[in-house]
Amino acid sequence: MAQLSSWSLSGALKGMFSKPTIDENTWEDLEYALLTADFGPDVTEAVIDDLHEKVDRYRTTDPRDLQRMLRESLEERLSKYDTTLKLTERPAVVLVVGVNGVGKTTTIGKFSKFLGTYGRTVVVGAADTFRAAAVEQLATWAERGGAQIVRPQQQGQDPASVAFQTVDFAKRNGIEIVLIDTAGRLQTKGGLMDELSKIRRVIEKQAPISEVLLVLDATTGQNGLAQAEAFIEHAGVTGLVLTKLDGSAKGGFVLAVQEKTGIPIKLVGQGEGIHDLTGFTPHVFAQKLVG
Amino acid sequence: MATFGNLSDRLSETFKNLRKKGSLSASDVDGTVREIRRALLDADVALDVVKEFTGKVRERALSDEVNKALNPAQQVVQIVNDELVAILGGQQRRLEFAKNPPTVIMLAGLQGAGKTTLAGKLAKWLAKDGHTPLLVAADLQRPNAVTQLSVVAEQAGVAVYAPEPGNGVGDPVRVARDSIAYAKTKQFDTVIVDTAGRLGVDAELMKQASNIRKAVNPDEVLFVIDAMIGQDAVKTAQAFQEGVDFTGVVLSKLDGDARGGAALSVASVTGRPIIFASTGEGLDDFEPFHPDRMASRILDLGDILTLIEQAQQAFDEDEARAMAEKFSTETFTLDDFLKQMQQLRNMGSIKKMMGMLPGMGQMKQQLDSFDEREIVRTEAIIQSMTLAERQNSKLLNGSRRLRIARGSGSTVTEVNALVNRFEQAAKMMKTVAKGGVPQIPGMGPIPGARGGGSKKQQPKKKGSKSGNPAKRATENAALASGAKPASAGAPGGTGFGLGGAAGSAAPTEEELASLQKFLGR
Repeated sequence: MAQLSSWSLSGALKGMFSKPTIDENTWEDLEYALLTADFGPDVTEAVIDDLHEKVDRYRTTDPRDLQRMLRESLEERLSKYDTTLKLTERPAVVLVVGVNGVGKTTTIGKFSKFLGTYGRTVVVGAADTFRAAAVEQLATWAERGGAQIVRPQQQGQDPASVAFQTVDFAKRNGIEIVLIDTAGRLQTKGGLMDELSKIRRVIEKQAPISEVLLVLDATTGQNGLAQAEAFIEHAGVTGLVLTKLDGSAKGGFVLAVQEKTGIPIKLVGQGEGIHDLTGFTPHVFAQKLVG
Repeated sequence: MATFGNLSDRLSETFKNLRKKGSLSASDVDGTVREIRRALLDADVALDVVKEFTGKVRERALSDEVNKALNPAQQVVQIVNDELVAILGGQQRRLEFAKNPPTVIMLAGLQGAGKTTLAGKLAKWLAKDGHTPLLVAADLQRPNAVTQLSVVAEQAGVAVYAPEPGNGVGDPVRVARDSIAYAKTKQFDTVIVDTAGRLGVDAELMKQASNIRKAVNPDEVLFVIDAMIGQDAVKTAQAFQEGVDFTGVVLSKLDGDARGGAALSVASVTGRPIIFASTGEGLDDFEPFHPDRMASRILDLGDILTLIEQAQQAFDEDEARAMAEKFSTETFTLDDFLKQMQQLRNMGSIKKMMGMLPGMGQMKQQLDSFDEREIVRTEAIIQSMTLAERQNSKLLNGSRRLRIARGSGSTVTEVNALVNRFEQAAKMMKTVAKGGVPQIPGMGPIPGARGGGSKKQQPKKKGSKSGNPAKRATENAALASGAKPASAGAPGGTGFGLGGAAGSAAPTEEELASLQKFLGR
């Protein structure tokens, strides 16, 4: 189970879908599977109620139907919002935010490669001036992704000024896409969240911000929602990036995040390789999750 | 976030309902257990752990120990607390040092759990204790992890062993092995090996980790896990237990608003104790983990012990006693208040401290938005008063208030608000110091405690009394003997809940309420 497609729920669900009929155990198993996939009690309850109702309405007892309904139900919930990235501005400024250790810098590296394959020129701004060696880490990724980098001129420089310089650099050199890395911050740190608002304000003096991507770690549990809400309030998040989907975590909480906040998932990261970043397709996601 | 309170919030909400009852029926217990289950799930405790936990609680809640208890609801709180502590590992465990140095400590965990930062914190902490730690850069995977570790080492003022540049170059097993020999020749007594982050499902990297373990034969293998992790905590922890057989757990990012869940899951599933908690980005934001305190924190009984430790460092005991005296003799003045506030500030971040107080969990939101500068403003207002005015707030007539407002750069409204808050609070503190009202359950809303606050706080007060006993016998003794009689040094103590320094422990509800008021929120 853990080898081929460990990320999928299919292992947990296989038992119940291969049974001849739907019974009480099926529902319990389903609840278990959803809860352990971090969907959280609220969404789990809603999904199960919804399925219960459908099963009753269609008077089906075949678990296969249930499986299909589950897939459709998740897909429907996931595809409620538009998942395309809007990068038509020139330069298109993308601000990447998130709590510590979710993979912001890595995502930027992969994203610049991703954009590079579409023939876009990219510059990354190392506005994480706080964490030790974050700038060097980003520089390595930028090099791998074939992007240019704007570094802070001195240690501990104001991140907003780095962001400003990056956008400025892009404008002067006609670079199409600007990616700005920010320092990880826990959503409970009021001061640091205000700093994000400031970065936003400062960038907007130069160019409109096309996308603010919130990076969420798939291993995160229900706290993901609190993170999203705080970052939406302070940074005006327009899209979510779900990372570390190559582990055993299923990141079910993003569904709750998407539903509660109306912010769609736009990118999905599945590994440490430079190519391990893809756009988000609800259909594929649901298919993979349910099997 | 309102729909999404943390574990403490949820449980206290549950217990509020329970506390209204004199005795417990089976259905009461079931309802409560359901709520606990939901609360734990919302807090990301692993489902299997939740099931086991609620099973135990249910069983004990229906047993005689509850029925015979004076207050059944209180007893349930006690049980939940007991079980939490039991799962979290009971006693606090310390690091084990090798008989023959160097002591080798290996760090392992998922990507982004905070291993490298922790390495620095641990090193600094050890160095403070007179050890000579050596940081070993065996994370050769992540771009510039080696550089990061070097920077962290420099900040912590310790040595680093980084023979390989990293970024995918070099063999981490070899680096780890060589580091031991290096440490021996250079006389370092502890070696901290920072390894690359890896996923539990990545067999190859787990193999590598296990090879590193074999190569260095560590005295401690610390598994670093993010406090925010969800249901996956169990699988990950199990994978790491199989892979590197860690001996202890470090909970990182505890300064966020996710707390408890992962700690419970990991400790319960692996049976390994949580040794350290990492609570911020600074290299000093690091403390030994106290299971009993964590349980109290989860239950929102407050982390009073930690608070007291801090208070004792900052407070002058004589002064505190004098202050307690003032409370009871009704001579508490604005001047004293100012002094209190300045002492309070000596203790560091008010926000951090208030977070440790029982019952404060619910005020988290307000706490977070609380502006520390508010205190500066309040200080300014008081300092703009004459000595006579500070001694006797009744002197403050309209024109005096206008003068004060001008002098402190505030408005008359703000001055009025401060004076009102002060007068109300002073009145309440008198009551508390005299051992009045506060400890009686079921009384009406506390005067001055605002709206929802009073409703929620009521259960709390019992919580702080009841939840503590088992864990903190001493505390409890102080509480039992100190809270009720009208002794001057009682909880009213130094006021604002920081009475701990004066000798007895728990701040009371009124103090919390008044503290809130004083601080202007």
